[in-house]
Amino acid sequence: MSTDYSVEAPVVAGRLTIAQIEELVAKPMDTKPDKKFFLALTVSGSALLIGAVCLLYTLYYGIGMWGNNQPVGWGFGIVNFVFWVGIGHAGTLISAILFLLRQRWRTGIARFAEAMTIFAVMCAGIFPIIHTGRPWLAGYLTPYPNQHGLWVNFTSPLVWDVFAVSVYFTVSLVFWYTGLIPDFATLRDRTSSKIKKTFYSIFSLGWRHSSRHWLHYEKAYVILAGFATPLVLSVHTIVSFDFAVSIMPGWHTTIFPPYFVAGAIFSGFAMVVTVLVFVRKIFDLQNIITIDHLEKMNKVILATGMMVGYAYGMEFFIAWYSGVQFEQFVFINRAFGPYAWAYWIMVSCNVFFPQFFWFKKIRRSIPAMMIIVLFVNVGMWFERFVIVVTSLHRDFLPSSWGMFTPTLYDAGILLGSFGLFFTLVILFTKALPVVSIAEVKAVADGAQPTHHRGEHHD
Amino acid sequence: MTDKKIFGVTALFNDPNAIFAAAKKVADAGFSKWDVNSPYPIHGIDKAMKMKPSKLGIVTLIFGLSGAVLALILMWWTMSVDYPMIIGGKPYFSLPAFIPVTFEVTVIMATLSTVVAMFAFFFGLPRNSHALHDTDYMKKVSRDHYGIVIEAMDPKFDEKATLLFLKDLKPLSTEIIYHPEKETYPIFEPRFITLLFGVAVVVSIGTYLMLNKLMYIVPFDWMDKQAKVIPQTSSEFFADGRGMRLPVEGTIAKGFIPYPFEGETNPTEVLSNPYFPTKENLELGQRKYLTYCSPCHGNYGDGDSRLAGQFPNPPTLHSERARNFPDGMIYHIITVGQNVMPSYASQVTRDERWAIVNYIRALQRAKNATDSDLKFVKAE
Ligand code: HEC
Repeated sequence: MSTDYSVEAPVVAGRLTIAQIEELVAKPMDTKPDKKFFLALTVSGSALLIGAVCLLYTLYYGIGMWGNNQPVGWGFGIVNFVFWVGIGHAGTLISAILFLLRQRWRTGIARFAEAMTIFAVMCAGIFPIIHTGRPWLAGYLTPYPNQHGLWVNFTSPLVWDVFAVSVYFTVSLVFWYTGLIPDFATLRDRTSSKIKKTFYSIFSLGWRHSSRHWLHYEKAYVILAGFATPLVLSVHTIVSFDFAVSIMPGWHTTIFPPYFVAGAIFSGFAMVVTVLVFVRKIFDLQNIITIDHLEKMNKVILATGMMVGYAYGMEFFIAWYSGVQFEQFVFINRAFGPYAWAYWIMVSCNVFFPQFFWFKKIRRSIPAMMIIVLFVNVGMWFERFVIVVTSLHRDFLPSSWGMFTPTLYDAGILLGSFGLFFTLVILFTKALPVVSIAEVKAVADGAQPTHHRGEHHD
Repeated sequence: MTDKKIFGVTALFNDPNAIFAAAKKVADAGFSKWDVNSPYPIHGIDKAMKMKPSKLGIVTLIFGLSGAVLALILMWWTMSVDYPMIIGGKPYFSLPAFIPVTFEVTVIMATLSTVVAMFAFFFGLPRNSHALHDTDYMKKVSRDHYGIVIEAMDPKFDEKATLLFLKDLKPLSTEIIYHPEKETYPIFEPRFITLLFGVAVVVSIGTYLMLNKLMYIVPFDWMDKQAKVIPQTSSEFFADGRGMRLPVEGTIAKGFIPYPFEGETNPTEVLSNPYFPTKENLELGQRKYLTYCSPCHGNYGDGDSRLAGQFPNPPTLHSERARNFPDGMIYHIITVGQNVMPSYASQVTRDERWAIVNYIRALQRAKNATDSDLKFVKAE
């Protein structure tokens, strides 16, 4: 929030006054939802329902309903988990890392991206738990004193994962809520409905916009951002340890942590762009979530896409350079074996298509970026599929090779996770301010004293 | 209106420059209980208001560090003290493997403590009963105005003078704010207390079911539940309705050959000791004697156990009578008992009984050792 003012394009376009900003952002909450809203909710709700039915079947009959088998014990459950955790990373990156880097343009999109983080991590969290086959025993994952005299194995990456993902979820939620408190106070003071007022009063905690509070609040924001930054890097690093700490060919590589983190940011930004394009249109937020913001995100997608491409190349090189027969086989099998189609979907979607973002025209064209980010979403899901399935299906002993074919239930649950994600996103757009009112007000033109920190206004 | 308690006076501005200048003047005038309210943080207002930098970081530091220490202690204790196990050839205290969890616990402790400390202890929130709530002033500063409030608690406060002072700052408007007439404490309302009670009940039941039922659903029961007869259960297959079969008539359990001299007083002619008192045999006898006989007869057969006086006194085994018993007689007493002394047939096997007899003989001889015996001991 305490951003340095340099000569940069205005963050808020269209010369909106502070009151107008508030009006715009609060509009969805002040008005009744329209038909489009319910239509969208119906679509996403149906997907969610299909997923729920498939999940119930799985819970009743067991994970035999899925395509998982011997040797491919990690099927869609883990693929989807890694995919969704990755999506979540964009939110924290935007809200914490860009905050520390004093990127003012983040204010317009930070709230939304944070919300997406929380929803994505919720989707992600479901998968490892149902993947165990006995989700009601998930309590065993926590180190609690019990009569078996047993503790969790703290040297196992799977336990690190439990800690990383749950801490990540909690910290993201706290960060998000802390940011929402001043906005709840603003909404409380503008609403005339008694029910809404009670609701907002409770959640605003009685915030009074006091400068004596803002002082500590801004400090807390810096501290939270400071912790969220290494946290977000640690989370996907630890997720990659689930693979890298094993001795499977194709998994046991030191490039995994940075490669996973870059991939996570890549896929997360693609998802944020996908959703923001719709949100800014539907809620008339073009002046707050400007095309400049989208362009900047596309630049990040281009950069991280190339990092991912570098990782693909480097994996191949090291497989050859290491001289390990099994490593070499796994990579050749990835590119030319029975799952070559998945591999080439991954490479083309993640490395080839983002290259179009070199052109400014395409970076700033809504339809073009829409197509590319959808490709990226697909490509990043396939990346996880390739990592999980191709390494497992043919490892050391040819006698224990096999194939993996997902079932309808696998597909249904994947669809359901998208349903859950979008249902939450849609409900969020109507229930809470999708843009941080206080933060955007603070960066609007003429919002700050002119003589302060050499800032100049007409 | 005059009987209302005054909270303070406020002044509204709609220009960040004006509030900045006004804040400076109020700070210079020496007020201490006053505040600037604005819809977002105004840069540099902390300096204008002469506020000290936030000390929130100290909370973060303390809790973050204790998170790290606690995590390490927990992992060290569980993995190397309470249930040490070698995993993957790593040492019990494997620091590199403990770093991820240490880091995560540090982060969660640091962030949660910072946020909770800030809202609850620095700000005294949640608090929806503050005098400023629901005033026009609050509605304006929540939106796009900037306001100054000087509280009546301030030692320099004087209703008229302070109001004039604020008017001199050329605000848009000024307002006197009163405390709400009746202080309400919604947390003491019956409805709220019922709600709390309800939450407590639901949480307790939930926790109970979670810990005692859910976590104990048997993960695999197909080995437990098989189509077979389990001991001590009924079965319709057999005419007598019992799942277990009786042994064939006349079957003798291994090691339980019936004792033919039951009821006799002195079967000693036929019973002769088949074992020599070898060292091994004596040691076996000693072990069995100390286990089964010493609680009554005493460690050395003196009849001086702690039971003496509470039980029909167990006699000494060094009496004339006992020393003159043939081996078979002692064997017989162990097997069938004698008066109040019960039978030990089911505890000690036949071979062990003879070993005990040999050991008792050794005890008896030791009590009445002759010089020639001592010669052997000295020679050893
Ligand atoms: C529960 C206490 C108890 C234990 C244990 C016990 N005895 Fe006795 N024992 C007695 C008592 C009491 C008598 C005296 C019975 C009587 O009144 O004739 C006795 C009598 C005897 C006698 C006969 C002594 C005599 O002068 O008549 C012998 C020999 C003997 N016990 C050997 C043993 C041996 C060997 C064991 C270990 C296998 C043993 N007892 C364990 C209580 C015990």
